[in-house]
Amino acid sequence: MSEAVVQTGIGASVKRKEDLRFITGTGRYTDDFNVAGQKYAVFLRSPYARARIEDIDVSEAANVRGVCTVLTGQQMAEDGLGDIPCGWLVKQKDGSDMVSAPHPPLAATLVNYVGEPYGLVIADTLAAARQGAEAVLTDFAELDAVVDPAEATGSEQIHEGVSDNLAFDWELGERAATEAALASAAHVTRIDLVNNRLIPNAMEPRAALGSYDPGSGEHTLYTTSQNPHLARLVLSAFVQVAPEHKLRIIAPDVGGGFGSKIFIYAEETAVIWAARRTGMTIKWTADRSEAFLADAHGRDHVTHAELGMNEAGEFVALKVSTTANLGAYLSTFGSSVPTYLYGTLLAGQYRTPNIYVEVQGVYTNTAPVDAYRGAGRPEATYVVERVVEQAARELGRDPAELRRFNMITPDQFPYDTPVALTYDTGDYQVSLDRALAMIDYDGFPARREAAAAAGKRRGLGLSCYIEACGLAPSQLAIQLGAGVGLYESGEIRVNPTGNVTVFTGSHSHGQGHETTFAQIVSDRLGIPFDDVEVVHGDTGRVEFGLGTYGSRSLAVGGSALMGAADKLIAKGTKIAAHMLEADPAAVDFTDGSFVVRDSNQALTFGEVAFAAYVPTNYPTELEPGFSEKAFYDPENFTYPAGTHIAEIEIDEATGVIELVDFVAVDDFGHIINPMIVAGQVHGGLAQGVGQALLEHGIYDEYGQLITGSYMDYCMPRADDLPDFRVDTTVTPCTHNPLGVKGCGEAGAIGSPAAIMNAVADALGEAVAMPATSEKIWRVLQNRRTA
Amino acid sequence: MYQFNYHKPTSVEEAQALFKAVEDGMFLAGGQTLIPTLKQRLAAPTDVIDLSGIAELSGIEVRDDRVSVGAFTRHADVADSAEIRRVLPVLSALAGQIGDGQVRNRGTLGGSVANSDPAADYPAAVVALGATVYTASRSISADDYFKDLFETALEPGEILSRIEFQCPTRAAYRKFPNPASRYATVGVLVADFSGDIRVGVTGAGPCAFRATALEEVLREQLSVEAVETVEVPDAGFNSDLHASAEYRAHLVKVMTKRAVADLLKA
Ligand SMILES: Cc1cc2nc3c(=O)[nH]c(=O)nc-3n(C[C@H](O)[C@H](O)[C@H](O)COP(=O)(O)OP(=O)(O)OC[C@H]3O[C@@H](n4cnc5c(N)ncnc54)[C@H](O)[C@@H]3O)c2cc1C
Repeated sequence: MSEAVVQTGIGASVKRKEDLRFITGTGRYTDDFNVAGQKYAVFLRSPYARARIEDIDVSEAANVRGVCTVLTGQQMAEDGLGDIPCGWLVKQKDGSDMVSAPHPPLAATLVNYVGEPYGLVIADTLAAARQGAEAVLTDFAELDAVVDPAEATGSEQIHEGVSDNLAFDWELGERAATEAALASAAHVTRIDLVNNRLIPNAMEPRAALGSYDPGSGEHTLYTTSQNPHLARLVLSAFVQVAPEHKLRIIAPDVGGGFGSKIFIYAEETAVIWAARRTGMTIKWTADRSEAFLADAHGRDHVTHAELGMNEAGEFVALKVSTTANLGAYLSTFGSSVPTYLYGTLLAGQYRTPNIYVEVQGVYTNTAPVDAYRGAGRPEATYVVERVVEQAARELGRDPAELRRFNMITPDQFPYDTPVALTYDTGDYQVSLDRALAMIDYDGFPARREAAAAAGKRRGLGLSCYIEACGLAPSQLAIQLGAGVGLYESGEIRVNPTGNVTVFTGSHSHGQGHETTFAQIVSDRLGIPFDDVEVVHGDTGRVEFGLGTYGSRSLAVGGSALMGAADKLIAKGTKIAAHMLEADPAAVDFTDGSFVVRDSNQALTFGEVAFAAYVPTNYPTELEPGFSEKAFYDPENFTYPAGTHIAEIEIDEATGVIELVDFVAVDDFGHIINPMIVAGQVHGGLAQGVGQALLEHGIYDEYGQLITGSYMDYCMPRADDLPDFRVDTTVTPCTHNPLGVKGCGEAGAIGSPAAIMNAVADALGEAVAMPATSEKIWRVLQNRRTA
Repeated sequence: MYQFNYHKPTSVEEAQALFKAVEDGMFLAGGQTLIPTLKQRLAAPTDVIDLSGIAELSGIEVRDDRVSVGAFTRHADVADSAEIRRVLPVLSALAGQIGDGQVRNRGTLGGSVANSDPAADYPAAVVALGATVYTASRSISADDYFKDLFETALEPGEILSRIEFQCPTRAAYRKFPNPASRYATVGVLVADFSGDIRVGVTGAGPCAFRATALEEVLREQLSVEAVETVEVPDAGFNSDLHASAEYRAHLVKVMTKRAVADLLKA
């Protein structure tokens, strides 16, 4: 392989191509696009958690200088726009469909959470639009709000036709067998957990720029989406904003998503609808307060779990009951996150033979809850790893040893779990051993003693997580309720001069696809890294795609590109064989050249590309041109797994927790760019630390969000984090061509349990996330006064 | 932000005259409190009077056992001032803990003390260092200055021009930052004026105050153990999602102990 490719190919820590524009201010985000004469939209938002809209008086607003028009949900309904659908239909215990409450993009008669949009003011300037929005007089009749998910089923009914506010009552696994195994278990550990509500907080807030060209009938929407093709599909097929071939969605540079930009939201929908209706180009950019109120939130589970063990300490059964807060409406993947992305992961890394999980998904008068980095898998890991830790404590067993004792061993793969998944490969013990060595597990007692001498309580906690990503085998997903397949597309267009433009249906909003995808294509085709341009995020340029979430981009999108590369090589082999007058079967493609075996005859990739566009000496049965595309549909999920270990110290006097050390050893299969992988892990860990120690989205009893700004919502900062120590182990994925698993979410999935187990270790009892200093102090204080 | 008229006077006199002449004026200093308030449309002054052009509001002057700091002095300048570090290091240390670099490069002493946010840091120094607050027409002693939540002895339109701090023999400030905002959940400044101890507390109550019970025992015996003997009642203390009144009262004690320990080490 040429030296250049070695330095930039698979396995090289290539610096990210996209960073030059990001750090020099030349990135282009949605709000950077402007059209002469564009108007500005400001949304009318409900100040109440639940209310009936009695009347909207826009007369004063219409008179504000610069205001063009005020549109409301009523007008949207008159235009016949459809509801925003939930993309995943979950079947209930009794076989019936989940109950999906209608979700009009703009509320027309009832508002169901604070911040829910029910109209928009369009004006020449942002200031005029704001002024106009303030001048709209809306008469609300306030209704009692349902806020607490644990009490939602017994509370007032929010949506007509949804009794007990229950969207679904879902189950997975064998109830009778699990209960029987628990009943005869030698020991049962019981635990109650709350998985705290989180607010995503991407650096770039959501934004949209919508325009309509009456000449061509084309609608164009620039927006902050993780999956523009899916947005186009939903807006066309369900909301019926415009037919698919007349709607172009462009998601240019996007400043972070963490899941929150997967979904089809009201505002983006309303902007493109309003552009068509008014003929105006309309821009909307959320401010941070709107992001807090109206981005889909994450997590928010209340769970009871029971783990049964036999005399030897083998896990014999796990039973989990969860209430999942879905918010006021079912967001795009709101139903799948607490079910198929959660219940299926409850086997963890263990051989537990009997598992049963039931989940009640409830509506409340809060912002919709949907996928947030990890999506269901952090919640599952938190249940499994907290209950296992608690079990070790109750049995007086070493927590690392009890885990190892119950782990699936390498010879047991492929391993069928009792909760519907088949793990293809892994070696969990290796990651555990590496992590224990890195943290110096044996040296912990001495560190604990040293801390105690300084008035600190030190604790160590493990989390051996597994996740399923690389979403997803389409047929399986559709069978389980997904509304779309979850394959991905990739296209490689070779230009006559031999450089290539790569089109992917994945979307990069921080992950670095422009670099890693260029690495794999350059590596496979043997062409210079700089000769590969990656295009994504535009339905007008990329054929189709399902976007980026669930750590699927490399495993699925990257695999599609491998398919396209294989097709190019196959065609190039025919062209080269013809030109070299050889048998195609005797032509190999190595190091970027088509070589006749056992000869010195060869053509470079570039020469073959040129020949395909200037076909002089060319096979008559072949079409000219050198461009191939492929769709890749994975045959299974991928299963990254690993061990995270946290060490924390508690200041006895204040209850303040310091995260003093953190080790993460992850198995992501083969690694394309170790630097990017480390960055992804660090970012995920920061979010996991945030969940464990700092972040909490809180509504008061009236449904007002009281953590609606950074004054109260505690985002992790650099100085809250230790110097993470990360490493990887490798068992290649067995079923995709790159042998990769995905690394985007593992940090956020594994870490909260490790930290909270460390807190429990230090404190001698568990507290709920986030482990704030006052909570810790109260535990210590109660003990002092008891 | 609502629209407003912008003025940039060059003297205190002119600024005060403008304030009287306009319908609903507000002074702008570093803007670290006012600008976010305006952006959130929580304030709607007709006129904003920018104090940044008034030279007489700036400057640091050290005289004997006193340090006079102009109202328009930025937090970063107090933190970095070699003169203040020499005679009143606790003030520099305190200023260096306010917000972040950007906030310290903009925010001013006068803005902070005029605003009197219950969680602001400077007020602890004002009360503990027996400061005198000067305006164009009068001086107000620290003990009379802070009245209530965001309420001070300043009259509407009155400009805080400088604050004179007394330099103690030794002093220390301990802050327990709110994890989200990083303002002071509780901040305690303990100052020793040749045996006369003053303890200024911010964050705990509606405005900064002197913890007289603590002062008394510390005057008897300046030690960490002495603090332990004092009950800090939480009556009237702030309570929010970050800290209950009870926890704040506890933190007052802990921060006092730590400040005393620091001070004894110094
Ligand atoms: C992110 C962030 C973090 C912060 N963290 C902290 C912290 O940790 N600790 C802390 O103490 N503070 C903190 N602050 C507040 C900061 O210190 C501000 O600088 C201060 O509260 C106000 O000072 P200013 O000069 O910015 O005043 P401005 O915002 O300009 O004005 C504040 C108010 O004071 C009035 N005013 C200003 N100057 C005068 C004067 N000379 N005479 C009369 N009235 C006047 C104004 O009219 C206005 O009402 C933080 C602020 C931000 C934005």
